[in-house]
Amino acid sequence: MWNRYVTPRGMTRRHFMSHAAGAGAMMGASLSFGHSLRVHADELKKSRKSCVLLWMGGGPSSMDIWDLKPGTDNGGEFKQISTSGDVLISEHMPMMAQQMHHMAIIRSMSTREADHNRGRYYMHTGYVPDANVDYPSYGSVISHEVMSQRPELEIPPFVSVGGASEGPGFLGMAWAPFNVTSNGRVRNLEMSVDNDRLMQRRVALETIENSFIAQKRGSVLEDHRKVLGKTFDLLTSKQMEAFQVDKEPEAMKEMYGKNGFGQGCLLARRLVEAGVPFVEVDLGGWDNHQNIFRTLQNDRLPVLDKAMAALTSDLADRGLLEDTCIVWMGEFSRTPRINADAGRDHWARAWSVVVGGAGVKGGQAVGATNEDGTEVVGEPYSSEDLMASVCHALGISLETTFTSKNGRPMKIANSGKLIKDLFA
Amino acid sequence: MRSIHRMQRTVFARTTRVVLGVAVLGWLGLVSAADAFQASEVGAAPTGRASRRAVLPPQVEKIDKAMESAWVDAKIKPSAVEDEIKWCRRVYLDLIGRIPSFEEFSEFAKDKSPDKRYTLVNKLLNDDQYTEEYAAHWTSIWTNILIGRNGGMEERSLIDRQGMQKYLRDSFARNKPYNTMVYELVTATGTTKPGSEGFNGATNFLAMKVNEENGVQATAAVSKIFLGLQVQCTQCHNHPFNQWKQQKFWEFNAFFRQSRALRRFVKGTNDINYVELVNQDFAGEGAHPEKAEIYYQLRNGVTKVAYPVFIDGTAIGKSGYVSEVNRREELGKKMMESDFLDKAIVNRVWSHFLGYGFTKPIDDLGPHSPVSHIELFEQLSNDFRESSYDLKQLMVWITMSKPYQLTSKIGKENDSDDPSVGELPKFSHFYTRQMSAEQLYTSLAVATQANRRGNLEEQQRRREDWMRQFIVAFGTDEGDETTTFNGSIPQSLMMFNGELIREAISLEPGTWLHQLSQNRAAPQDKVQYLFIAGLGRKPKPEELTVATQILAARKGEVGGMLQDMWWAILNSNEFIFNH
Repeated sequence: MWNRYVTPRGMTRRHFMSHAAGAGAMMGASLSFGHSLRVHADELKKSRKSCVLLWMGGGPSSMDIWDLKPGTDNGGEFKQISTSGDVLISEHMPMMAQQMHHMAIIRSMSTREADHNRGRYYMHTGYVPDANVDYPSYGSVISHEVMSQRPELEIPPFVSVGGASEGPGFLGMAWAPFNVTSNGRVRNLEMSVDNDRLMQRRVALETIENSFIAQKRGSVLEDHRKVLGKTFDLLTSKQMEAFQVDKEPEAMKEMYGKNGFGQGCLLARRLVEAGVPFVEVDLGGWDNHQNIFRTLQNDRLPVLDKAMAALTSDLADRGLLEDTCIVWMGEFSRTPRINADAGRDHWARAWSVVVGGAGVKGGQAVGATNEDGTEVVGEPYSSEDLMASVCHALGISLETTFTSKNGRPMKIANSGKLIKDLFA
Repeated sequence: MRSIHRMQRTVFARTTRVVLGVAVLGWLGLVSAADAFQASEVGAAPTGRASRRAVLPPQVEKIDKAMESAWVDAKIKPSAVEDEIKWCRRVYLDLIGRIPSFEEFSEFAKDKSPDKRYTLVNKLLNDDQYTEEYAAHWTSIWTNILIGRNGGMEERSLIDRQGMQKYLRDSFARNKPYNTMVYELVTATGTTKPGSEGFNGATNFLAMKVNEENGVQATAAVSKIFLGLQVQCTQCHNHPFNQWKQQKFWEFNAFFRQSRALRRFVKGTNDINYVELVNQDFAGEGAHPEKAEIYYQLRNGVTKVAYPVFIDGTAIGKSGYVSEVNRREELGKKMMESDFLDKAIVNRVWSHFLGYGFTKPIDDLGPHSPVSHIELFEQLSNDFRESSYDLKQLMVWITMSKPYQLTSKIGKENDSDDPSVGELPKFSHFYTRQMSAEQLYTSLAVATQANRRGNLEEQQRRREDWMRQFIVAFGTDEGDETTTFNGSIPQSLMMFNGELIREAISLEPGTWLHQLSQNRAAPQDKVQYLFIAGLGRKPKPEELTVATQILAARKGEVGGMLQDMWWAILNSNEFIFNH
């Protein structure tokens, strides 16, 4: 657990609130209490940061999207175009080109994990897989850290749209991603009983639950109780409307693209507006061992371009981009060399990620690769460095330390160092 | 705790006076059916007067001695032996994939023999009445291992999930020796779909792993699942944490290069009817079939050559002609001789029953993985080979061993034994863990007699349809997936409101709960029945109090109260965890 949360203040209050709210509903007397909290929440909103991670499952090719090498043997088929920032990107990202003044490309990522599972874990946690410790992923770390700013939040603070994300590690299941499909449909929300009866069932359930926990049969049982509490919160919350992406006007849906990823990004914007601190949206299909150029040009890039550009401009228009960090990445990139099947294989040694919003200086490329894209020129950056920089953008101190249950102290983001050039 | 009481007072405030009345009038007269449970809670330890007892296989003692000396070395004291009703629930869940029914609980509770645990294990493994359930349980476990939870569910999949399951069900029902099963899965040829000409369900394991990317999926899956060797990282380069080198990966891969999965279409359409897995002559990438080589590239672009060589360095003939060298059969034979075959399965089965394996993860036995209880691990692996790969024997050794008898309660003298924080497991208490989604589904079917339409195969199909809501894919070519049935909110929502639970607590005429509500027994006895059926124990006083309060809030409507209590039981940690 995080040291400074030995007594987790946010949790205690929420725990108390959930009971008070439940009991209040029975008594019909909770209004004044809820009201004063809402006023408090308005003050906190000012410092409220969020993060949207666009996760590109499979490992997208940097050299065909963000860091082109036209005219070299490895360059491939695509041309580059100028953008609203001081960077050139792929011709198949024309809408994003208009938003690049908001975004920074880090072109000097260099990692060692080129297996999907290992790479996904490493990029999500800042740690290589370790048989002995389960590390928490981005969404778990960040939502855990900023929850004290969100006393009013009744819906899960870490939402994963259309994909699995990675787990909460030693933070426990209460910080697990809440998985929904890209249309925002949450299964099994329909309660078959009224609130009175639900609360009666809750008392019965917690009576059994508590007496079993008291028998000391392992910490997983505590986690179960916490998750139950969160589920009760969510069942009775009006904030669940944030998931109803269907309520958006048709033009808005069109702007993001009427496909899973497009609607997922639109859902992410709704959730950020509702105060959810971390949303991950998944777009798979980047594992292009064959026919990479056709797949990217006709299929993946149009979907990505439209949705990512819509999300960026929409957040900016609503004044949310200054507090929302957008991160675009996959588990690794693809080989500069084009293989015999007109594809590219796994490559982690030199590649790009994209970051913007929440104070990140847009319109620039940080770092570079050599002429044929095989090596980083200058200082290489790691998953740890990226994670540290995102935490910094969200106002989370890099001195934050947590201690695993066996007493080992660990700095947030595995002691990654801030990528200073990202911040003006 | 305090907040619960406060909430309880508030929730039931309006009904307090009625409650007292009901408590006095309605809850008199204790049940006889549950008396057996009282006695059994004392629980006879399995180590008793040896003279009267059945002789256990010697492996049980080997396990016990190895564990005991490791406990002494680690200066920890193991937890007490679990009370036998809880143990009974555990062994049903682990061996046949569900909790015991009320009747099965009672039968076990009434048995006064000192050998009752051994008797139960043997009954679940060998009695005809459990054969189908045993086979179905291990089939769902192995289906997930071999083709994943999603295998065969996607459009245009080359896998016939039912074909895979038919093969596995037959194998487990007959207790086919494990090595035979592995050999059949690795060398299978024939068609994937039951009823098609040349049907061989074992082909479904490799049907979707040989065509794409030169069979690297087959390479990775066979080595990981059956040999405990993680080689997928070494496909592209030598890996710093793995002693497997890139050369070895491609030498292993070369065994699969004669294999093809051929699509057979529904006549006159483009729809795949089934797939035929065949071995074809392989010309090699240099077009010399008599010496069929393959090429791979180092990261620096240098091209290297590979021929089929097993992990221990033994080469087979280089010919690509199937009539001269059948590469998968050669691989199968080499695997049969490998120690890794024995270790990989012993580790897997051990971890199934005890929560953790001797290595973590269980399918990584490479030299970089620390091993707990290394001598025991090797002895058991060796003994398993000598038992002719009899899986049921292995299950007896483990379920009758000391660590499997221990309670999941953690004491002061072994609270350091917590593998979830990175310690090597000491097995000094049972590690509490969540039921799998399959175990939950099947347990509900038994406890509520719901979802029991059709034969086991149809039930399995319905269960898999239900399971699909939990599957989340990762978007890679390797078809990686995970499940949201992992203790997070989506699972709780399903348990709160899902159709499965609604069915389980339904009061429609004809349902189990309806029958119970109509029964002439006192409400208190009915609540007791629910607790025994769901949790294998009688309700505690505070639980009876809540039931009384709910009954009052329901204005004496027993059905509604039973519904609420049953809902609470099914949602409780005590129900969903194997402990």
